[in-house]
Amino acid sequence: MSLILTPNFNEPGKRYFRAFSPGDDFYEALIETHRDLNDEQSAMLNSRLVLLLSNHIGDISVLREAMKIARDGV
Amino acid sequence: MLGTYSYPKFEYVAPPELKSGETGHYPVVVVGAGPVGLAAAIELAQSGLPVVVLDDDDTVSVGSRGVCYAKRALEILDRIGVGDACVARGVSWNVGRTFFREAEVYNFNLLPQPDHKRPGMINLQQYYLEEFLVRRARELPGLDLRFRNKVVSVSPAGNGATLQVETPDGSYALTADWLIVADGARSAIRGLMNLDIEGRVFLDRFLIADVVMKADFPAERWFWFDPPFHPGQSVLLHRQADSVYRIDFQLGWQADPEEEKKPEKVIPRIRAMLGADREFELEWVSVYTFQCRRMQQFRHGRVLFVGDAAHQVSPFGARGANSGIQDSDNLCWKLSLVLDGKAPDSLLDSYSEERVFAADENIMNSTRSTDFITPKSRTSLNFRNAVLTLARDHAFARTLVNSGRLSVPSFLTGSRLNTPDDDAFAGDMVPGAPMDDAPMQEDGTEFWLLDRVGNRFMALVHVEDPAAVDANLAREFKSLAGEPIPLEVVLVSAKPGRAPEGLRVFEDGRGRFAERYDSTPGTVYLIRPDQHVTARWRAFDAGRVKAALARATCNSH
Repeated sequence: MSLILTPNFNEPGKRYFRAFSPGDDFYEALIETHRDLNDEQSAMLNSRLVLLLSNHIGDISVLREAMKIARDGV
Repeated sequence: MLGTYSYPKFEYVAPPELKSGETGHYPVVVVGAGPVGLAAAIELAQSGLPVVVLDDDDTVSVGSRGVCYAKRALEILDRIGVGDACVARGVSWNVGRTFFREAEVYNFNLLPQPDHKRPGMINLQQYYLEEFLVRRARELPGLDLRFRNKVVSVSPAGNGATLQVETPDGSYALTADWLIVADGARSAIRGLMNLDIEGRVFLDRFLIADVVMKADFPAERWFWFDPPFHPGQSVLLHRQADSVYRIDFQLGWQADPEEEKKPEKVIPRIRAMLGADREFELEWVSVYTFQCRRMQQFRHGRVLFVGDAAHQVSPFGARGANSGIQDSDNLCWKLSLVLDGKAPDSLLDSYSEERVFAADENIMNSTRSTDFITPKSRTSLNFRNAVLTLARDHAFARTLVNSGRLSVPSFLTGSRLNTPDDDAFAGDMVPGAPMDDAPMQEDGTEFWLLDRVGNRFMALVHVEDPAAVDANLAREFKSLAGEPIPLEVVLVSAKPGRAPEGLRVFEDGRGRFAERYDSTPGTVYLIRPDQHVTARWRAFDAGRVKAALARATCNSH
């Protein structure tokens, strides 16, 4: 398996009529998670989130691919 | 300041009530002669109802204001007779480009499918739309358009409302069975009735400038995040009619609106963007803030709120005027049936339910765009910029770039007027869907489907061969037109041919209807007067069609 870079957001049971909707649902939830946090708290939240999602993905070769793309653009 | 447009001055005529001294009575009075109020008045007058429109002004919108009119609004404007004028004058476009700092990161096409009559969007200054609507309104004998008639009091009662109206010649009273309130974001009527409108205020300011210039920019929407000529903020460029360009600069909450409007402040900003060599003239400048909010419900007894009076959004999705025009379209057929005694007034509660649902969708989408465009925290800004840096190379990030989710109609899937599917269908034309367009033919003439449906209930019945339709079945189809709420049955077929009983046939030669509606011989689509699907089946059954029609008009018992 390799890293998915095409649009991949969806929510079980939800029907979408517009292509932008699933991604916007995700992005809103992401920003909302940070509401009322200061910068330090937000950085901690992001770190915890990366760890949780990484474990969920599990495949370290996929994670290495993502890490490389993320780092190359910074 | 405006050079490319001369403002019409509409004549004030003393209303008959002032001469007679009597209180006038009308079935429907509309307050507000903006795009939404005029659209409602025209649609009602076209269906044969006498309508009075009251407006406190005597000209059109000052400044370009609402400039983007979406495909769905154009389809409604077609049905009220101004679509062609708007498209001929406006600038049609489908492509939007998004830039981050110096480079393009993403572009979208609003209408990637071929074979639709109308483009995804046109840009047209609001004053042109209003001028065309006033011209159309004046062609209709039952439409009484009263300029410089200001409503100063409103007294709703069980069976209507009494209005006190001020004119240059003094004041008069009139009563209405139904009042449509289309008097805009600062609705005076809403205030007079002490009704609340709640939501969120955004702490940001934007400068809009209309600039006249010779430029060969393509007819596209260009949006910049953090451009070198306006660092840290966003900028939006739209081409309008008459070589007028609309430029929106995000200014931030700290900006002083009076200071920012001065030409000596505005011109350097534009010069930084366009380059020192570009000649241009400033036509109109305004600084705005915005809110996202709506009323709890849009129906209050005999008083019906439409457009900005009922709900407001940020401007980033062009979801203001476009949704207001859809409010009017949703309301008018329902009000006509109620006034004719053919539907109970609970049908008007469905107006509020359906358009509150649409307003919430518009508010959600425009709020998401606003939050992306103007991040509220360091972390939001980091995520926003991370998306923009990934977007150049990776498709998933491009779908997250949100420079405005432009106005599209709501799928009213939760409406109680719909009859849920019993049969299996693929695609998006579910009960509640706004109809997709398709090229068709009738008697050898090509036309667009959406030009020949709407303003009445219709059933589109797909047949293999129109000439082979059984005469008894054809008589049954025809008899539906004689029901209390007439239903016109039209056959749809891939094959040309003459149907018995003079039934009309829409020929789907290119197969777009079959494809977009997942339609096969036997399929029946029941269509509302506002071109929303309300029921569909794989086979015709008169009993089921009648039940669905009753349900769509709140006549089920």
